[in-house]
This record gives sequence, C-alpha cells and structure tokens, in this order.
Amino acid sequence: MLIRRAPDIRPAEITPEPLYLGRRAFLSGLAAAGVALTLGDRRALAQGLAREGIARGDDTLTPYDVVTTYNNFYEFGTGKDDPAANAKGFVTRPWKVRIEGEIAKPGDYDFDDLVRPAQQVERVYRHRCVEAWSMVVPWLGFPLKDLIARLQPTSRAKFVEFTTLHDPARMPGQKSRLFPWPYVEGLRLDEALHPLTLMVTGLYGKPLPPQNGAPLRLVVPWKYGFKGGKSIVRIRFVETQPANTWQVIAPDEYGFYANVNPAVPHPRWSQARERRLGEFYKRPTLPFNGYADEVAGLYRGMDLVQNF
Amino acid sequence: MTRLTFTTRVLKPAGFLAAAGPGLSLLWRTFGSGDLGADPVKTLQVVTGLSTIVLLLVTLAITPLRRLSGWGELIRLRRMAGLWAFAYALAHALIYFIFDQSLDPGLIWSDTVEHPRIAVGFLAFLLLIPLAATSTNGMIRRLGRRWGVLHRLVYPAAALGILHYLMVQKLDLRVGIGYVAVFAVLMLLRLWSRGRSGVREAPATPR
Repeated sequence: MLIRRAPDIRPAEITPEPLYLGRRAFLSGLAAAGVALTLGDRRALAQGLAREGIARGDDTLTPYDVVTTYNNFYEFGTGKDDPAANAKGFVTRPWKVRIEGEIAKPGDYDFDDLVRPAQQVERVYRHRCVEAWSMVVPWLGFPLKDLIARLQPTSRAKFVEFTTLHDPARMPGQKSRLFPWPYVEGLRLDEALHPLTLMVTGLYGKPLPPQNGAPLRLVVPWKYGFKGGKSIVRIRFVETQPANTWQVIAPDEYGFYANVNPAVPHPRWSQARERRLGEFYKRPTLPFNGYADEVAGLYRGMDLVQNF
Repeated sequence: MTRLTFTTRVLKPAGFLAAAGPGLSLLWRTFGSGDLGADPVKTLQVVTGLSTIVLLLVTLAITPLRRLSGWGELIRLRRMAGLWAFAYALAHALIYFIFDQSLDPGLIWSDTVEHPRIAVGFLAFLLLIPLAATSTNGMIRRLGRRWGVLHRLVYPAAALGILHYLMVQKLDLRVGIGYVAVFAVLMLLRLWSRGRSGVREAPATPR
C-alpha cells in the first residue's frame, strides 16, 4: 500500500495569508498593466493554492476568524459562538473511525491510516447554510471517492451514512435533550462518489479547529451546510436511505437531499437569497449553490420540490 | 427626597439610560468598534428585537407593580418604557426593510404573505404605531376615555411580538417560553386585581 506522508509544509505556509487574500488585487493590477492572461491562467492564479477550487470570480474568502467563530455545531451549544468557546481543548487524537456495512474492508480505522494515503487538496467552496447565510472557505481534505475506492463497497451499497461522535463528557451540548444524539447524516452513493464531495481535515492550510468539526468532517458544497457531518466516528455503507437527524426532527422543514435550491423555500423563510457573512445586503442564492454544471446531472429526472 | 421626586429625578433618568443602553451599544459597535460579529445584520436584529420585547414587558409590569407596591408614582415611567419599546421595534422593522428586503415593496409583500412569522411580527409592529402616535399629553386629553381603550392594543402587540420571537427560533424555545411566562404572570395579575376590586380601575393618566 502506498503510504503518503502529510506534507511537511502546510499550504498556507507557502503563500502568506495576506498575499493569499490579496491575490485578486494582484491580478487586477496585472490586468490593469495590460498583461494578457488566458482564462486558465487567471483561474489558476485567482485560486492560488486552491488549484481545484471552483469559487466564482466575485467570491472572496470569508476571514479565518469568522469561519472559526460562527458555527452551527450543537454538540458544543446552540449559539453561533458557543462551539468556539466550548470546543477549546477538545482532544482529537487518537481518533478511530468505524467503517462498516456493505464494504469489503470494514473495521476500526485510525484517523491517520484513513487520511494519510489520500492525496490532500485545498479547495475553495461556497458554504450555504439552510438558515440563509453563507461563507467562502478554503478547505483542506481529500475527495471522499478516493476513500470509498480503497474501501471497496459491495454492490448492495446504495447510501453512505455518517455519524458524529456521541460523548456528552467531551461535547457539553449533548447534555441537552433537544436533539436525538448522535447526529447522523447521509448521502446517496453517487453523491458520495462525486469529485466535489470532500472529507475535510483542515481549513486555511491549518488543521481543522474543533468548532469546525475536527478531526474529520464532510463537506458537500452543493447542499445545505447541515449535510456535512462533523467529528465523524462512523461511516456506514447501507442499502436503504439513512434517516438524517434534521429530517427526523422536522421532516416538513428538512429533507434528505437538502440541495441548495432558491426555488424551494424553507416553510418558514425564503431560500431565494442569502447573506454572505460580513455583508449587509443579501445576494441571490444559486441553484446547487453555483455548482449546477457539476452536479445537476445527479438529479436528472428527479422532482426537486418533492425531494427537497 | 419625596417618592415623587425620587421617581422623576432618579428612577426615570436611570431607566432612560438603561433603555438606551442596547441602542447606544449597537451604535458604537456599528460605527465605532466595528464589532458586530460575523453576521452584523443578525446581531442588530436580535438585539433590537429582544429589547422591544423586554421593554414591552417592562411597560406591562408597571401597573401590577403599582398595585402591589402601592407606589403609584411608577406611572411616570410607563410612557417612557413604551416609547423606547416602539423605538426598538421601529429600528428592527427598518433594518428588516433595508437590509433583508432592500426596500423592495414586492419582496416585503411576498415575504409577509408567505411567512407567518413575518406577518405576526409585522402586525405587532403595526399595532404599536397608533400607540406611539397617541402618546402625547395633547392626544391623551383629546381622546379622553377612548385613549385607554385604544391603548389596550399593547396586549395583543406584546403577545404577537413574543409569538414572532418563538416562531423565529430554530430549535431552542427556552428563552421564548420565559417571555411567555412573564407575559402570562402580568396578565394574570391584572385579572386577579380586577376580580378582587370588583370594579375596573380607570386608566391612570401618564405623565
């Protein structure tokens, strides 16, 4: 088996953060100086390290401080700033992930054994919360499909279920009975195999802070943020559609698919527009969060109003 | 110092400052420190909304407090509390019109008819407008007995405001249930004192 070590240099160390954040200014400077750039050059440059990122031209990164202090992670409290306060000191090593179900290689895997063989990538994704706010985050991680390929699902595997750690001693929010812990999320297997679906271990070139779901979380950029389970301890390959936690709590408000869709309002608010964190005015929400070209094919022929 | 001068010279200015506090803090955080958090509009909405509800409950607490304590001079604080509640409700509504709906009447209309929580909040705000508009001494004189009848609108306004808050919550209703409990106690105290005296007390003239 190929053992790939984590890079000795973190991506964020290669380009200092201020320069990284100022790359668009650098680019427009070049453009102003009459330097001709091909579209490909522009994309590669604009995305800096995030060569695979597909953020739109007018998306700027949400500052690190905002990404790490404005979190929905009820395991550490229901307030947006609760997780940053209550997850301090959350120990993420050692970390085991149980992999089971319709898979050729089930077992309890150590975090490092799961992550190290994977090719690390940095990707800039828009992140759209079902509450109609959004941010732009440079995630660090690896495509889930690479992991699935190593684990070899059987032909009966149709869905993948992700379970968050349940340990009220370490996650004080779990002492509350508001939630049927542990948090469970799921994807259809073809969604899990989509190249945009990312297992995330870091952001801004740094290890993932606990309030963002350390050490291992899921990010599915064309779905509402709650689909991305955090602090994952179990990945199960199953034949039937998993019951994801928010759908269990409020089936009329949150579905299994939860694809970002401006045309399907939440029963209590519109999803047509969103507030990018830090901005005062709202902006239009894009179908599939702007990733329609990449993912719309997964849902061809499906009624997206019924399957919200 | 008499109780009257204590009420008007000490309690009233102190109450004024306390009521202005959240607003001054928001102004400073908006234009001074720039520290409104990751979602500035949400911070503005949460603080102005909660201030409205708390001040409405304070307004509604004055009459029972007067009856229980015999401290009739407290009536001198009631108009001030009510007007501060209206000021925060107005700020709350304006922030919604401007930043959430970009002052677009079509967007405001569709959001209101499609979402009960917006309709409920909107109605609560509308009910407060005539109360603020008739809060001057001149209007009180002109309206006479009808003033007291009109100002009973504060009860549905407060109830709808609290309902609006409950409807906005995603999951955790504990704070909202606390407001419901306070409101219920204040209403029960009114029923109780009415039952006890047998006659309805004429509304006191505020100053």
